[in-house]
This record gives sequence, structure tokens and C-alpha cells, in this order.
Amino acid sequence: MKDKTLSQILSEKQNRNTIVVATEINSGEQIIVKNDSDSEINNKILFTAKNNIIQGKSEVIEIESKKWFINISLAPLRLIIVGAVHIAQPLAEIATISGYEVIIIDPRAAFANNQRFPDIKIVNEWPEVALNNLEIDHRTAVVTLTHDPKLDDSALNAALKSNAFYIGSLGSKKTHNARIQRLKMAHFSDTEINKIHGPIGLNIGAKSPQEIAISIMSEIVSIRNKFENNGDN
Amino acid sequence: MSKFDDILIKAELWRKNNKSVALATVVSTWGSSPRPVGSQMAISEDLDIQGSVSGGCIESSVITAAQEIMKTGKPKLLKYGVSNSEAWEAGLTCGGKVEVFVERIGDND
Repeated sequence: MKDKTLSQILSEKQNRNTIVVATEINSGEQIIVKNDSDSEINNKILFTAKNNIIQGKSEVIEIESKKWFINISLAPLRLIIVGAVHIAQPLAEIATISGYEVIIIDPRAAFANNQRFPDIKIVNEWPEVALNNLEIDHRTAVVTLTHDPKLDDSALNAALKSNAFYIGSLGSKKTHNARIQRLKMAHFSDTEINKIHGPIGLNIGAKSPQEIAISIMSEIVSIRNKFENNGDN
Repeated sequence: MSKFDDILIKAELWRKNNKSVALATVVSTWGSSPRPVGSQMAISEDLDIQGSVSGGCIESSVITAAQEIMKTGKPKLLKYGVSNSEAWEAGLTCGGKVEVFVERIGDND
């Protein structure tokens, strides 16, 4: 792999683009497969591996008796945490370890800052504005942790209209029922409202912020794996 | 920056420090293998390691091969099957099979 190929892969990943790298297993010949190219081998691979690319399935395929490994890298998984509260601190760490890119949204800079969240991207904007700017795709999870309807509902306004694979909201059953009533008043459908996981997290009897973070992350991982086992990516 | 790909980010960092680096990638699996196709491990000339290609069963053998490959630049496809737990050779105790492609990172000179 050339140094240039490595830096191209990393920059495409950072921009949340799918990247397809084809490697001939005997010679090590390698190309980044492009959608529009004059290269004959590029186009043969593109044609032969089209189903792999659609399904995000990396595999060795044979083209003219040569074996090519088609390595498909999808956009990194991403977790957007709305509310820079105590639970957000262990959650940001657990999610990072789990391979998620983490972004914290909270207009209150006193909570959302790099002192409290070292090395985490922070957006000090109103949740709906921030979420719309982030273009929430199907490899993104959104959780709201603020306990403040003004902020949580603002986030849900954007998240419920997005392709997020997971949306979760912190709060007791009572809080969640109140949230449902407000969202109904705001003309969200039952189907949309049912997308919200609330009370958030797997039931592991979590009490401390750290345990709640584990319960939330476990739920996100379980939903993600259900998607992938169904052949979605 | 978020660690969206800690393995390749590490590999790039080593390259920027002028280290020889090899990249191992699982390209095929059969049966119950511990890591899926696409799993990667980067190895530097100082034997810094990031990532994995199995549950720890074949890593030493892959690293040994990687040291040679980062010198010669000639890539290799390594094949591992079920191990005999009494023997010393590398293999998978889980009963699966894997193929690992190992290549040098860096321009051929």
C-alpha cells in the first residue's frame, strides 16, 4: 500500500465517504476503486463487485483468473450526544473505545468544553441547528441526556426526521410519557415517536453515571448488530 | 481528532516517523473465525502493534511474516487452519480457517 493510498483512505473516512480498495492478492497491485474512471481494471472491478459495494461486503473476487480482495470501508460509526451532563463523560469515553466518533452538542459552554471532554468534538449550538448541520446519516446514533425539554425536544425535532439508526432519550417512564405527549402535540406520528428508545439503555439495573453509560452503549451496540445481521449497513 | 480508525491512523503516524510498516488484513474466513473479513493489524519495524486479525491465536506468526514483508516489500497471503492444540504451530483453536494478506505500507523504491 502506497503512503498516498493510506492518506487517501483516511481522508475519505474522515469525510464519512465509503471507500473501496481493491488489492490483487499475488502481486499486491492496488487501486482505490472510483465510480468514474478510464482505467479498464477499475471498471471491471466496479462491475464485478457491484453487489459487494451496495451491501458493504468485503470479499475476495476473481477477475480473469486473478484474485482481488475488495475491501469496503463504510463511514465510521458516530455517536452524537446532546447534553454535556455527567453521564455524557463516561459515555463519550466508552463510545470512543467502541470505535465510534463522538460529538457533544450543548449550547451551554460551561458544561460542553474540552476541559470536561478532552479530545472530543464539541458543538456549542442549539441542538436542532447543530444536528441539521451535521447531516445525520444511517451510521449515526443520537442520544439526548439533558433532562431539559427545551434542549431534548429541539434535538428530537432534527433526529426524528433524520436517518439515524438509533435515537435514545434519557428519562424515567413518566418523563418519557410527557415527552411523547409533547411530540404528539408537535404533530410527530406514532411511527416517528416509536423510534425513540426511552427509557434509554438496556436494563442492567444501572445507577451510577458510568453504569448508565454502559447500559446506553450496550443498547446502541445491540441495535447496530441487529441492523447488520439483517444485511443493512 | 476522533479515533475513527485507530489502526490506519497509527500506521500513518509510524510512516511519518520514517518507520517501516506492514499491514495485515483478514481477506477470507471459513467457519467460526474470531475476526471478520476486513479486520486489520498494523505492525511497525519497532514491533509496535495496533489492531488484530484473530483472538490472539495467529498474531505472533503474522508479525513474524510481517517483519520479512516490510523489508522485501513483497506481499504475502498467509493461510491458517485448525490447530492441533498439542503442537506449537500457529492455528485457530476455534475450528475456523482464515486467510490474512500482509503488505508493506510505503512506496517501493
